[in-house]
Amino acid sequence: MAELWNDYLWPLLIIVVQSLALLLILMTAIAYILYADRKIWAAVQIRRGPNVVGPWGLLQSFADMLKFALKEPIIPDGANKGLFILAPIVTCVLALSAWAVIPVAEGWAVADINVGILYIFAISSLSVYGIIMAGWASNSKYAFLSSLRSAAQMVSYEVSIGFVIITVLLCVGSLNLSAIVKAQDTPWGLLGWYWLPLFPMFIIFFVSALAETNRPPFDLVEAESELVAGFMVEYGSTPYVLFMLGEYVAITTMCAMCTILFLGGWLSPIPFPPFTWVPGVIWFTLKVLFVFFMFALVKAFVPRYRYDQLMRLGWKVFLPISLVMVVIVAGVLQYTGLAPK
Amino acid sequence: MIPALFFYLFAGICVASALMVIASRNPVHSVLFLILAFVNASGLFVLMGAEFLALILVVVYVGAVAVLFLFVVMMLDVDFVQLRRGSLQYLPVGGLVGLVLLVELLLVVGAWAIGPGVQKTVALPIPTDMSNAEALGRVLYTRYVYFFQAAGLVLLVAMIGAIVLTLRHKPNVRRQVISDQLARRKEDIIELKTMRPGQGVAEVQGESR
Repeated sequence: MAELWNDYLWPLLIIVVQSLALLLILMTAIAYILYADRKIWAAVQIRRGPNVVGPWGLLQSFADMLKFALKEPIIPDGANKGLFILAPIVTCVLALSAWAVIPVAEGWAVADINVGILYIFAISSLSVYGIIMAGWASNSKYAFLSSLRSAAQMVSYEVSIGFVIITVLLCVGSLNLSAIVKAQDTPWGLLGWYWLPLFPMFIIFFVSALAETNRPPFDLVEAESELVAGFMVEYGSTPYVLFMLGEYVAITTMCAMCTILFLGGWLSPIPFPPFTWVPGVIWFTLKVLFVFFMFALVKAFVPRYRYDQLMRLGWKVFLPISLVMVVIVAGVLQYTGLAPK
Repeated sequence: MIPALFFYLFAGICVASALMVIASRNPVHSVLFLILAFVNASGLFVLMGAEFLALILVVVYVGAVAVLFLFVVMMLDVDFVQLRRGSLQYLPVGGLVGLVLLVELLLVVGAWAIGPGVQKTVALPIPTDMSNAEALGRVLYTRYVYFFQAAGLVLLVAMIGAIVLTLRHKPNVRRQVISDQLARRKEDIIELKTMRPGQGVAEVQGESR
């Protein structure tokens, strides 16, 4: 019994507590990221944005959450009930589970597994099922069209994200996320992170991350001018909130991935004290917020792509460029002897 | 005890969902059960310590292949209930194929135990300090590089075949040529004309020529 406690139950308890803490922080962060998204968007358009609930509208997200939770969930008559309910849950759970492996500071990960980056890649490729299931189960043509679009879109951009990840892995020599951050720990600080040597890949990753998370300008999945509201058109109240939450958690995951792969994770940008005394988690948070700020600006600035332009960008521009970059990076690493042993 | 518990959990769900793939009435449900089977199979891989294979299974089969599968099945308007009518008559043939496969699998597994020479060729021993992905990479790109390349070529041929089958050049279709669009300059497209009252565009153009 003592063995069972030591080997399984105690670690399980620790993991549960860690996960709950992470979940709590993440949820609060999402509430304010949503608020920030709307505020930035409003500022670009010279509006005020949410400013009524709480001081400067700071409690807006909580009010929205409460409103959705208190509404009556409506399931359409022709919908496939089981899948209709399952789809938002799948979206939300998958998005949250990606955070299990993300190291927010040195050693601060719920599970610091060897194949962390593959795990995130797998989870993000699974998240398309939530959308497809929602679109199909709604039994509505708008939702269905949108889910077909999203299936094609997400599969296309995963390919280029995969190649970007491979170039980074070639430079690191490990699939562990902490190892990726540690490989960027050089005396040059900011300039030693991978965004500089792999700059084209950084751009491709950033744009593909926008497409993968269905952010504007690639939000053709919920293009309201054509498809009413895309795959979520039949959803309301709590199931809708789960979609919204899943989407924003996926966005923060992509921001965190961008931070880890290209912006040095928890490392300080200026590699000497007093900057290195700042805890890693603060640097990590600042970087994630910076990437999210860029996401929000893109949403505000760039008009929506047409669907065929989106597919062309994915298959005819990003795929060849990233494929060539994999070859170039591998060649350079091999012939300059910089390849990790 | 706990690993055994998880093994039976994953294996049980895997077998049950595999059964549901052929038993469920709705083809979309079948594909979703197939996905569940894949995910549970990857759980079994994790239990065996093959975490790299487990995640590759999820990325490739669940994340890409099954998505396209679902994509196609959702769009097909096939009455599968109609198709399934009288499917029981295939039971003897199907059962026979299943039986042959089972016997062959047992023979393959049995060969590890029976043949003394086979033991040596089981696999290269994996050093304990090496991660799964690393161990796989070391043999895949050195010892088995030709097999790896051959597998890649097979996939390439399959891809080219699929493209050739679906590629058609329709005449009289206006296609978007991005490079032409990008090469357009303001001077080529916009022409400024001074219009006098009571004069149409056509007359102005006639004048200029």
